[in-house]
Amino acid sequence: MAFYRFSKTSNYLAQGLAALGGVLGSVAAVEVLFYQQSFTLALPNMIPITKLTLTVDSLSAYFILIISILATAVSIYTLGYAQEYYASHKAGLLGFLYNFFVLSMVLVVSASNVVLFLIIWELMTLVSYLLVVFDHRQGASRRAGFIYIVMTHLGTIFITMAFMTLFYYTSSFDFADFKQIGAHLPEQVKNIIFLLALIGFGTKAGIIPLHIWLPYAHPAAPSNISALMSGVMIKTALYGVIRVILGFLGPGPAWWGITLIVVGAASALLGIIYALMERDIKRLLAYSSVENMGIMFMGLGAALLFLTFGQKSLAVLALVAALYHAFNHAIFKGLLFLGAGSVVYATHTKDIEQMGGLIKKMPWTALFFLVGSVSISALPPLNGFMSEWLTFQSLLQLGFKIPSGTIHILASLSGAALALTGALAAACFVKAFGISFLALPRSEHATQAREVPLNMRFGMAILAVFCLALGVLPGPVILALNRVTELMIGTVSLTGIKESSSWFWPSIHSGMGEISTLALTIILLTLALAIGLLPKIIGGKTGVRVSQTWNCGEKLRPSMEYTATAFAKPIRIIFKTILMPNREVAATYQEAPYFGQAIKYQSKLKPVFEDFLYHPLTRLVIWIAHRLRLIQTGSIHLYLSYILITLVILLLVVR
Amino acid sequence: MENIFWGGLQAVLVLALAPLINGIIKKIKARFQCRRGFSIWQPYFDLLKLFRKDAVISEHTSWVFRAAPYITFTTMVTITFLLPVVTTQVPLNFVGDIILIIYLLALARFFMALAGLDAGSAFGGMGSSREMAISSIAEPAMMLAIFTVALTYGSTNLSYIVQSAAGETVLLLNPGHFLALVAFFIVALTETGRIPVDNPDTHLELTMIHEGMILEYSGKYLALMNWAASIKQLVIFTLIANIFLPWGITGNPSLLTFGSAFLIYFFKILVLALAVSLIESSFAKMRLFRVPELLGASFILSLLALISVYVVRGF
Repeated sequence: MAFYRFSKTSNYLAQGLAALGGVLGSVAAVEVLFYQQSFTLALPNMIPITKLTLTVDSLSAYFILIISILATAVSIYTLGYAQEYYASHKAGLLGFLYNFFVLSMVLVVSASNVVLFLIIWELMTLVSYLLVVFDHRQGASRRAGFIYIVMTHLGTIFITMAFMTLFYYTSSFDFADFKQIGAHLPEQVKNIIFLLALIGFGTKAGIIPLHIWLPYAHPAAPSNISALMSGVMIKTALYGVIRVILGFLGPGPAWWGITLIVVGAASALLGIIYALMERDIKRLLAYSSVENMGIMFMGLGAALLFLTFGQKSLAVLALVAALYHAFNHAIFKGLLFLGAGSVVYATHTKDIEQMGGLIKKMPWTALFFLVGSVSISALPPLNGFMSEWLTFQSLLQLGFKIPSGTIHILASLSGAALALTGALAAACFVKAFGISFLALPRSEHATQAREVPLNMRFGMAILAVFCLALGVLPGPVILALNRVTELMIGTVSLTGIKESSSWFWPSIHSGMGEISTLALTIILLTLALAIGLLPKIIGGKTGVRVSQTWNCGEKLRPSMEYTATAFAKPIRIIFKTILMPNREVAATYQEAPYFGQAIKYQSKLKPVFEDFLYHPLTRLVIWIAHRLRLIQTGSIHLYLSYILITLVILLLVVR
Repeated sequence: MENIFWGGLQAVLVLALAPLINGIIKKIKARFQCRRGFSIWQPYFDLLKLFRKDAVISEHTSWVFRAAPYITFTTMVTITFLLPVVTTQVPLNFVGDIILIIYLLALARFFMALAGLDAGSAFGGMGSSREMAISSIAEPAMMLAIFTVALTYGSTNLSYIVQSAAGETVLLLNPGHFLALVAFFIVALTETGRIPVDNPDTHLELTMIHEGMILEYSGKYLALMNWAASIKQLVIFTLIANIFLPWGITGNPSLLTFGSAFLIYFFKILVLALAVSLIESSFAKMRLFRVPELLGASFILSLLALISVYVVRGF
């Protein structure tokens, strides 16, 4: 920030150091995961009641790995992206806030003390708020920041209450003392802490119905920040849930797992249905994050259910599925947001209905966005498929191994829900990629788009390579995750996922099924080569002529292409009870309705959660506040007497 | 080593047989309509003709359009190598299970839908949009039927399922099994684009979902797409035949057992083709937004199948 006048220098300095930090962070994380148990760092005594410590154990190291890899890629991307901010001299500020943001996330997952955790959590929220309102001259950004900060603070209240309850029962602020404390707590207290932690961390994670800030905040922030927010910040909430519920509370009653699965399934379904209806590319990606968090919570719920029934090895399977999906989601959602950022950088619009034909103007961005789209639709052999396969297998095992009728039905229904969200996600990203990149440009914005600078492409390329690598070679990730589950669930003989001493696995067993994405990729490539030659063998040499698209004889114009709204219309009609669309058609005509001049068509979705949940709540709070205004008379004497009465009551009670 | 030969042979047989099944269905439908119809070998001649012709593609398309037929066909061929068709000894067993097969079908559909959007015409866009919407609704029904089967036999590995199913003799008396068969058959009609979901014979924009997406293709690309569609149809029929009616499949293939198992398999496919033709000739295509109701019925049937499996087996 010192060099803020020299935009280019400050940009390169900030991002270069961030990238270096990212690389070092991933190296350190790998070292902790594979070679060492954990390492602890005690900070100097700053607060009298407790000492602040940072502990990096396997779970923290795994999340630091995710954060570091994504931070490195996004830093390299920002080298080019921050050019937008050179004119307003804000590139230095962006670099400063960006570095602070990454640092706060790394510290959040390594804090091992309640006070330190809450301080860093607040810091992370504040820094991300500043980043969300970075374009503060636009009213939409300010409103988005406001909703974000209010919702996150509500969540922080619940988290604080959960930690205070733990403090009350253990008289200590250290996470090390909380480990597996659930065995010694009364039932009711465990349930209360579970609910508090779920609501608190769930607000940050963006699960239904606490998700309303996500579609405002993620699009408002600059795209590189959105990538980080969607990729890793909401994962810190997942880290919090795992740490508190799995680490501190341990196995609990069955309704914990059932709640998580139901909430996860609802988030996944509603998230993707809303994503399909969006025409703003970043809002679409934000809703898709809600969907993926739902999938992670489903895996986590399955793990909790297995623990309730004592099936530790299957709990390992489910936890591995959830954490693997966290890694995958960070990578492909980061890639998609960076791609969206590149598209917005090139076309200066976020509306996909104004885009089109970008694949010819921005071929590399299109390729990386396609890789991200195929990954998020869980298509083999990329990484999304691997974690979704593991989630399916854990849900199936729920139906097979748990001796309870309701859970069998729940497992099958949640499996069906997962299948539905997977298919809807594929539809959503066919729309996102197809309408933005394919066919003809729909507006001037799209016609004058140019390919983005090399460093932005390089950042996206890193993530695309990871998408492929994590899908084809799941071995190393599962080995790393074994360390994490060893820590969280206990050392078990992993009959869930077969362990191997080598990094290069031929196949992964899950007790009910077997898969080898590496072999699949090799088969696909070999067959593709063979099939490339097939037409020549069968038909001999043929040519390819280029001509016009068949359009019933007319020349093709951009207005004749399918639009994004039209693409999603069948799904809008199928799910109309959930979405509650309403539409207005206004026709203007002269003399008689048959000679129309113009038709105006407007279609809106009812914001269900805001109308039915949040607006009544805010109205209630404001009503209470109005009633309480009675005590604010402005008279000093009255206020002094309030203080006297409160003092007397407190003295009586505390005595 | 022998297994590799038999496994490969059954995959090649599926590839070769696929257009024939299409021809047979068309012939039976023609007979129902009191016509003579094409010869059952006509699809082979059509494919040969298309492979020999030049392709004409639109100037507005990109590499996605040219790559999609190859990706679709490759995925379908890969699926045939993973499937127990005539023998349960599939050498590529370790590569994947039935969930992989369903998602490979989704991969093919993804690129077909993109190709439909690529040409920039409204026909392609409409086809892509409807295909993605209807297949999304079909997925949970299909997955629930698969779950029922997987939970009955305790594995998602296809060879294992078929082997266990072939071992039990009183299968069809299990109500869960029968319900799952009906549910899966409805999904099969959806996936293969048959009446009452889609009409494979016409090219009107209201009735073409699959045809709409491939409208711009010609020459070798169209040949690959059509062949891939018929392979997909045969794969789905094979799944029904081998999971729900598994008698006759052989565990250790030799020339004699493979031959007789193949004849039994072909007979089962003929029965399924006859059933499909009957349905196509008896019903009209449903209104597009009634299709979710049909698939909802399939979902409920799968759910009933699941519950009855548990009732019979005991929770």
